[in-house]
Amino acid sequence: MIIDADVVTLSRLQFALTAMYHFLFVPLTLGLVWMLAIMESVYVMTGREVWKQMVRFWGVLFGINFAMGVATGVTMEFQFGMNWAYYSHYVGDIFGAPLAIEGLMAFFLEATLIGVFFMGWDRISRIKHLLVTWFLALGTSLSALWILVANAWMQHPVGSEFNPTTMRMEVTSFSEVFFNPVAQEKFVHTVSAGYVLGAMFVLSISAWYLLRGRNVDFAKRSMTVAASFGLAAALSVVVLGDASGYTVSLNQKMKMAAIEAMWHTEPAPAPFTVFGLPDVQRRSTDYAVKIPWVMGLIGTRSIDETMPGIAELVETAKGRIGTGIQAYDAMLVLRQDRNNAKARATLAAHDKDLGYALLLKKYVDDPRQATPADIQKAADSTIPNVPVLFWAFRIMVGCGFYFIALFAFSFWKASTRKLDTQRWYLRLALWSLPLPWVAIELGWVVAEYGRQPWAIEGVLPTALGVSSVSAGQVMTSLGGFVLFYTALAVVDVFLMLKFVRKGPDGLGIWPSTDGPLLPAERGLG
Amino acid sequence: MFDYESLRVIWWALLGTLLIGFAIMDGFDFGVAALLKLLGRDNEERQVLLEGIEPTWEGNQVWFILAGGAAFAAWPMLYAVSFSGMYFAIALVLLALILRPVGFNFRGKIHDPRWASLWDWVLSGSGLVVMLVAGVAFGNLFLGLPFRFDGDLRMSWQGSFFDLLHPFALLCGLVSLAMLLAHGSCFAAMKADHAIAARAVVVGRWTTLLFAVLYVLAGVWLAWGIPGHAIAGPVVTDGPANPLFKQVAVGGSWFAGYMQYPWFWLAPLLALASAVGVQALIGRRSLAGFIASSLMVGGTIASAGFALFPFLLPSSLDPRSGLTVWDASSSRGTLQLMLLATAVLLPIVMLYTGWVYRVMRGRVTLEQVRKAHGGY
Repeated sequence: MIIDADVVTLSRLQFALTAMYHFLFVPLTLGLVWMLAIMESVYVMTGREVWKQMVRFWGVLFGINFAMGVATGVTMEFQFGMNWAYYSHYVGDIFGAPLAIEGLMAFFLEATLIGVFFMGWDRISRIKHLLVTWFLALGTSLSALWILVANAWMQHPVGSEFNPTTMRMEVTSFSEVFFNPVAQEKFVHTVSAGYVLGAMFVLSISAWYLLRGRNVDFAKRSMTVAASFGLAAALSVVVLGDASGYTVSLNQKMKMAAIEAMWHTEPAPAPFTVFGLPDVQRRSTDYAVKIPWVMGLIGTRSIDETMPGIAELVETAKGRIGTGIQAYDAMLVLRQDRNNAKARATLAAHDKDLGYALLLKKYVDDPRQATPADIQKAADSTIPNVPVLFWAFRIMVGCGFYFIALFAFSFWKASTRKLDTQRWYLRLALWSLPLPWVAIELGWVVAEYGRQPWAIEGVLPTALGVSSVSAGQVMTSLGGFVLFYTALAVVDVFLMLKFVRKGPDGLGIWPSTDGPLLPAERGLG
Repeated sequence: MFDYESLRVIWWALLGTLLIGFAIMDGFDFGVAALLKLLGRDNEERQVLLEGIEPTWEGNQVWFILAGGAAFAAWPMLYAVSFSGMYFAIALVLLALILRPVGFNFRGKIHDPRWASLWDWVLSGSGLVVMLVAGVAFGNLFLGLPFRFDGDLRMSWQGSFFDLLHPFALLCGLVSLAMLLAHGSCFAAMKADHAIAARAVVVGRWTTLLFAVLYVLAGVWLAWGIPGHAIAGPVVTDGPANPLFKQVAVGGSWFAGYMQYPWFWLAPLLALASAVGVQALIGRRSLAGFIASSLMVGGTIASAGFALFPFLLPSSLDPRSGLTVWDASSSRGTLQLMLLATAVLLPIVMLYTGWVYRVMRGRVTLEQVRKAHGGY
């Protein structure tokens, strides 16, 4: 059965939209919660009320964001089953486990403790409340860990093999899945990105208070925490991003070549293209400005290894489609005769290429009937969208270096107690607020859009993963999401701005003594 | 450690446990939310009701997320077929679940009675939708769902949202609704200020009675009106997870399992005995009443699961495509690892959940609410 192309497009659009929307809130939760944990630790250690008021004020903003993160996260769990049923069947044996463990180990912890975090101030001791905050922070980061273990398996499917009897991938080694090197780098890179966002959020809003001359002590203290935490996070995000690049070059050569718009293999060590206009039709990059050696060093950690270019990788894909067809043929033989030893041996020899034969399903019903032209089309389809990856990557990296500079400067200003001496710096800090979001979303684009045409790299083409639903169904739910998510975004931004404008002073949190819990802090106010 | 057959049975029981956990823990949140306008006469009273569930509802909802995750990991086909097949029903539940976190958090962020009232309606509606749809979906399992697999085990579905609204399924929806409204009332009777609790007692008595009547009615209809599915021929319990390897006979009774394993009767007996318990206890010993309604919920869901056994998701279109405990699970390795993870982590979850309930214990009184919100 040839899959309805509209269902594929709409399902992908819906997934991208809901994942990117979810990913506006999650990184902020990841970062902000550690800021709260640090502030509350200072409060417990020094006993100075201002630090508690900081936790309470930033906690209000954290709460709004947390609710949005939870709400949009539910969508993600539903999405796989609703729109990606064949994907869920095909890889659920492996992919489902980290998701379920995430629920057990992390999400339960976060969701159970969040209520006590907001409503338990008067019910438990300081130390206990501090522990709640720390475990809340731990829960959010653990949650990211397991989600990224699942995601890393999509990028680099280790520890598993195809089972022709059940027509799906099955696990052979969970330790390989859990200790997937891609997962570890992705985890540190992604949570660090969230920490940068959390730090920028506090830095920018505090800078706004200083520009207005409001909540001065409160804002300076907040900025000091943000500057130190942000500097560490920004350094980590770039260093681990680099490690991530190295792993990508080992496991996802096509993604790497596309990011670099490296149309042909360059002599080692390959140069890094800082700027250029990739032309997809002619397969060349115009006006390229290249720095010799750099790409070879990042990608291979050596000076004599070559990195394959796009054209060469397409040729490799063609070869793998050929062997994939043999595997596909053996699979069909086995379906008729489960004990056919010859077919079993053929499949075992070539099952790593089975996914490449499945790429042909877009063009022919039965991959065994594919013409050379079909095979060429399927091989060409392994090239992701080069210009988008090329630019998304460069803007993301540019942002990363800018964050290091800004937080380093902020750290120096904080250390010399000159945070509020230069208005241009405060304005810069304020207007930098959207940049971490830009970098984070582009990071998602590089990682996930760059994985196309695969849902599971080399195993399952995205187009095959969809459900047997109609385009009308997906269109309707997509329309619903657009309307509903837009409305939620309006309310979210409205509430965020409202409470930022009110500020700790307007809310009566600061300066004040240890008053009763404010309505705004409680969800129900 | 365990053989494939035992692991499958254990995971069937665990999936049931998670669903029951969800229905007990989040069920009372849904029930209280749905009864918000009935039990709470003004904003302050509704505040009391909501504050009773506010600190813990979010953790409770994770039971659902976890049941979904466990289905994905342990019963991938069940997850794939049910979520994509019952597309709009699932979308409706999703909408309801998304609205809850934002509803609880946003309701109090703007001090305007219309704003609060809007979110009261949203929370009530979302509670109603989830309770009804869950019951209707369960009812449809007995009727069989219109799906079949091709050789690639790609599922195709022939039916629309409205086909799910068979009278029997609607009756099951009402059973679920009455049961969880009763359960929510028992919680409100325990947690809310006495004036509100007194109303909850009345509502709880009536909904429990309604539940018992509808539940027995559904059982009678199931016994005489709805053909059961059974695996025909040899039952292979440790074979590969491929539903197409079996044959299915349609026309028997869904109570065949009850005849084969008489201890299955304990579940419906527990449900009905607990309903009597709720009647007796709700007004006098509110904690005991809440425990009784929890057992009522557990017994009801278990009784439905027992009737279906070994089926998880029967097919009306092509009965042999129906998913059973023996042919829809993950691989042995996955079931084993997930069992280990659950055995270690779930007790820890229960431990800290218990601690949170202890910290937030006690009735929420009108006086407290007035004091906390005296500023406006």
